[in-house]
Amino acid sequence: MSAREELIAEARALAEEIAQVSDRPATLMEVCGTHAHQFARYGIAQMLPEQVELLSGPGCPVCVTSAGEIDAALALARIPGVTIATFGDMVRVPGSDSTLAHERARGANVRVLFSPIEAVDLAEQSGREVVLLGVGFETTTPGMAVAVAEAKRRGLRNFSLMSAHKRLMPALAALMAAEDVSVHGLLAPGHVSTIIGAGAYRKFVAEHHVPCVVAGFEPDQILRGILALVRQLAEGRAEVENEYPGAVTEEGNLKALAAIDAVFEPADSQWRGLGVIPLGGLVLRKEYAEFDALARFGVTITEGHEHPACRCGEVLRGAIRPPECSAFGAACTPEHPLGPCMVSSEGACAAAYKYEG
Amino acid sequence: MTPTPNDIITLGHGGGGRLMHDLIVNELLAASDVMSETDLEDAALIADGRLAISTDGFTVKPLFFPGGDIGKLAACGTINDVAMRGARPRWLSVAMIIQEGFALEDLRRIIRSIRAACDADGVHVITGDTKVVGRSAADGIFITTTGVGERFADPAPSASAARPGDRVIVNGALGDHGIAILAAREELSLGGSALQSDCASLLTLTEAIVGAGGSGVRTLRDMTRGGMSAALNEIALASGVSLEIEEDSVPVRREVRGACELLGMSPFEIANEGKLVAIVAPEVAEEVLAAMQEHELGERAAIIGSVGGGRAGRVSARTALGTSRLIDLPAGELLPRIC
Repeated sequence: MSAREELIAEARALAEEIAQVSDRPATLMEVCGTHAHQFARYGIAQMLPEQVELLSGPGCPVCVTSAGEIDAALALARIPGVTIATFGDMVRVPGSDSTLAHERARGANVRVLFSPIEAVDLAEQSGREVVLLGVGFETTTPGMAVAVAEAKRRGLRNFSLMSAHKRLMPALAALMAAEDVSVHGLLAPGHVSTIIGAGAYRKFVAEHHVPCVVAGFEPDQILRGILALVRQLAEGRAEVENEYPGAVTEEGNLKALAAIDAVFEPADSQWRGLGVIPLGGLVLRKEYAEFDALARFGVTITEGHEHPACRCGEVLRGAIRPPECSAFGAACTPEHPLGPCMVSSEGACAAAYKYEG
Repeated sequence: MTPTPNDIITLGHGGGGRLMHDLIVNELLAASDVMSETDLEDAALIADGRLAISTDGFTVKPLFFPGGDIGKLAACGTINDVAMRGARPRWLSVAMIIQEGFALEDLRRIIRSIRAACDADGVHVITGDTKVVGRSAADGIFITTTGVGERFADPAPSASAARPGDRVIVNGALGDHGIAILAAREELSLGGSALQSDCASLLTLTEAIVGAGGSGVRTLRDMTRGGMSAALNEIALASGVSLEIEEDSVPVRREVRGACELLGMSPFEIANEGKLVAIVAPEVAEEVLAAMQEHELGERAAIIGSVGGGRAGRVSARTALGTSRLIDLPAGELLPRIC
């Protein structure tokens, strides 16, 4: 058998085992954009018994960024002389009345980055005011922290960061408290877990009695994670299991965590769909206050407003599935997204639209 | 309040996807009294179908990249568009918009590339135009070429000629050009590999395909911006058929696959400059495939799927796991994701 045929055989066997073990209806949620994307790309749902349902939670980094935060980024982009440095999928995310793509078309300077350190180099080489948009979970935060620390080391006065960083665990707690959400098992994100460690979920699982399995991204790894969740439910257990042991350790990546902690501190943060989450985000520590873009340019994060027809918030909470939104596929498409979940290749709506048609 | 105002052109409109399609259909076709949405071919037939004509504008950054430069691109791009209608390009016009300060030596290199590509296919540059603009008005150089060719295929392959039962063939690995350009522009290292653009003239390959498949060659399309996804969706729409491909049978280089995974892009949506999709009648599919594999630009040619009678315009892929998913027209600008 070729490696490919082996993978298929293994995936089929896992799907069969899931069907055998599953003894009750269960809603399983992932909180990772890459999982959402892989679910759709491989049609994983088609391989599962009907009573096992997959749901996307608040795991797509651009999706959970609030309209108010996007507005602040747009306000920074409109300041003459400022260059915005950002990861690509932020470019099309709508704020209250515009996107970075439109600001760029109107003359704003928007640079798409592949690595945060490029923004530091750009500031040093160009002499222009460079504002790095700090978006994402614990996966991207260490790189941002390193960039800020490096800017300080180089003594740059024309580099700053707008922190819209999010922390996963407070959001999971907020999700469990939401009344319109019912989740029976959590497929924990492989990428974030490599940083925060499998141990980070233990307190959460003890408090909320929800099975939690860390899973990788290949189809067989995802199916193995689902199998472990279904088995816990059948056996009445609620534990943390690590099905991605090659990459994820109990304590996480201590070096990356230290890098985050050196530059950022937890703060309350506005999430799309989940509101203000206590300690749900990160701001720069006072030692790095000089690099705070919002303070430097006098921009504040306001409430912002989403498109009235957009239900991304409910999609992000797992309260509705993308097709339940009346704008889905009609007023809201990947070309003309009303909300962020239709923008990113990791957004639940874009994945559902693109792959499930 | 509109969250994404549609009163201006954004980069997404140039991405070869649905935004561009809508722009052409809703705005640009108004310039023509003869074209309609169903005439969106790579080249138009004129002079009672004896000639095919196509025009194309070229911008690329960087201007010189592994595997080619804007000159080779500008010549081969139009040669390919003419060839896709089963015509042998003979004459080319070349118009250039050059930014002041552009190095003459770079211009000479570009001109040599155009000449070399034309000589290889017996194409003559017969007219041109040159404009010079101010320092910030162009990104180095923009080139527009128009090609005219004499038709040798009968009937002329057309995007609207695919029929249920036909086979879908590509001539090699997808995404090399787009990823090579991205890597060169962003100085990304892709595992130390020397990935090259596939920029090439498809004329002789096209002749081999038509030679082997004759009138069984229904559709030829080069898979440039928007990649294979855009080409297949356009064919499915124009022909009023569905297409189903086997995901695992589509050739993609390991380094392209790796870069796409990293950047959250699909190799099916990445631009090629030397890849075509051929839709051929089932009875000639094996002959066409063999002819392609004998050609130097078709060594990795593969039958990747077939035409079905499902919902018109629907393109789907059977995944490695036996499940099915939609292959949609790309939205617009390809943007790398966060993590």
